[in-house]
Amino acid sequence: MRMRTVEISVGAFLLAGLFALILLALRVSGLSVNPDNSTYRLYAEFDNVGSLTKRAKVAMGGVVIGRVVDIELDKKTYMARVVMDVDSKIDNIPVDSSAAILTAGLLGEKFIGISIGGSRDFYRDGETIDDTQSAVILEDLIGKFLLGSVGKDDDGGDSF
Amino acid sequence: MNRILDHVAALGRSGLDVLQAIGRATIMLVMALFGRSNTHGSMGPLIVKQIYAVGVLSLIIITVSGVFIGMVLGLQGYNILVRYGSEQAVGQMVALSLVRELGPVVTALLFAGRAGSALTAEIGLMKATEQLSSLEMIGVDPLKRIIAPRFWAGFISMPLLACIFSMVGIFGGAMVGVDWLGIYEGSFWVNMQNSVDFRNDVIDGIIKSVMFGFVVTWIAVFQGYDAVPTSEGISRATTRTVVYASLAVLGLDFILTAVMFGDL
Repeated sequence: MRMRTVEISVGAFLLAGLFALILLALRVSGLSVNPDNSTYRLYAEFDNVGSLTKRAKVAMGGVVIGRVVDIELDKKTYMARVVMDVDSKIDNIPVDSSAAILTAGLLGEKFIGISIGGSRDFYRDGETIDDTQSAVILEDLIGKFLLGSVGKDDDGGDSF
Repeated sequence: MNRILDHVAALGRSGLDVLQAIGRATIMLVMALFGRSNTHGSMGPLIVKQIYAVGVLSLIIITVSGVFIGMVLGLQGYNILVRYGSEQAVGQMVALSLVRELGPVVTALLFAGRAGSALTAEIGLMKATEQLSSLEMIGVDPLKRIIAPRFWAGFISMPLLACIFSMVGIFGGAMVGVDWLGIYEGSFWVNMQNSVDFRNDVIDGIIKSVMFGFVVTWIAVFQGYDAVPTSEGISRATTRTVVYASLAVLGLDFILTAVMFGDL
C-alpha cells in the first residue's frame, strides 16, 4: 500500500514536470502545435536596417502578418537585403506599398511596417518591395540635431 | 630549504589527492552505470522510490522559491522598466531570466541543498553502519543496488524540477505584473512569446539543468560513497557535497552560458 502511494506521487511528479515543459513551450515560447503557416517570400532593400534582427515582426496596420527570415548585404549595391516570410492569407499587398523600419516604443524592438499603396496589382512570391524607408538611427539624429543647434547658436540664439 | 620543500610536497600531495578523488569518482560512476549487473530484477522500482525521495519531496521548496523569485523579478523589472515606459517588457525579462538562467541554476542549488545533502548523508551512514559491506557479503553489488538508482533518480528529477520552477516563476511574475501592477495582459504574454524561442531558450535551459542534475547527483553520491565512515566524516562529506555541488553548478553555468548564448 505504501509503495503504491509512492508510485502515484512519482507518476504525478513526472506528469507535472512534463506539463510544465509543455506550458513553457506553448505559453511562454509561443510554439504552435499545428503550424498552419504557409507563407510567401518578399524582399526589401534598405540603406540601413539599424538593429533589425531575424525573427522580427512584419506588420501591416499594426497587425503582425509575417516575420523577417534573413538579413544580408547585397554585395553589388551595398544595400541591406531583408528577406521576409508573409502569411499567404495576406496575398493582396499592392505593388506601390512601402516598407519602413519602425521601433516599438522608445526602447522596443525594431520591426518592419508596411504602408498600403493604392495599386490594383499585388506583390507575389519572390518580389522585392522598392519603396523603402531606412531605420532611424538615434546617433545620426542626435548628430544632425547638434549640428543644427550649433548653426542656431551662431545666429545668437539661446535655445539651450 | 627543507621547509620550502615540505610546502611543495604538501601542495603536490593535495593535487594528487584531488586527482585520485576524481579518478575514484569516475570509476564509481562507470561501474554503477555500465558495470555488469548481478542483481536480479529490474532497477525500475528502486528508481521510482528514489525519485520520490529526491524529486517529489523537493517539490515544495522548488515551487515556493519559484513563485517568490518570479514575483521579485516581476516587481524589480517593473520598477526599472516603468521609468522608460516599456513595462510591457517585464514579461520577456521574467521569462528569459527564468528559462535561461535562474530556473536551472537556482533549482540546482536548492537541489544540492535539499536532495544532495540527504543522498550523501544516507549513503555515508550506510557505509558507517557497514550496510554497504554486508550487501557485498551477500553478493549484491552496492554500486548497482544503492548508487545507480539514486544517480538516475537525480538525473531524471532535476530537469523536471527546473521546468516546474521556471513555469511557476513565470506565473508568479505574471501575477505581480498583470494582476497587481496592471501591465496589460496581452502585451505581457505576447512580448514574452515573441522573444522566447523554444529551441534556443527553453531547450538550452533544459540542457543546462540536465548537466547540473548529472553533476550535483554525481558529487552527492560520490561524497557519500567515499565518506570516512565516522559521524564526523559524514558531516564533513555532507558539507562538501553542498559546497562542491554549488561551486560546480555556478562554474559550469558560466561555461554553458558562454557556449550557448555567448557566440563563442
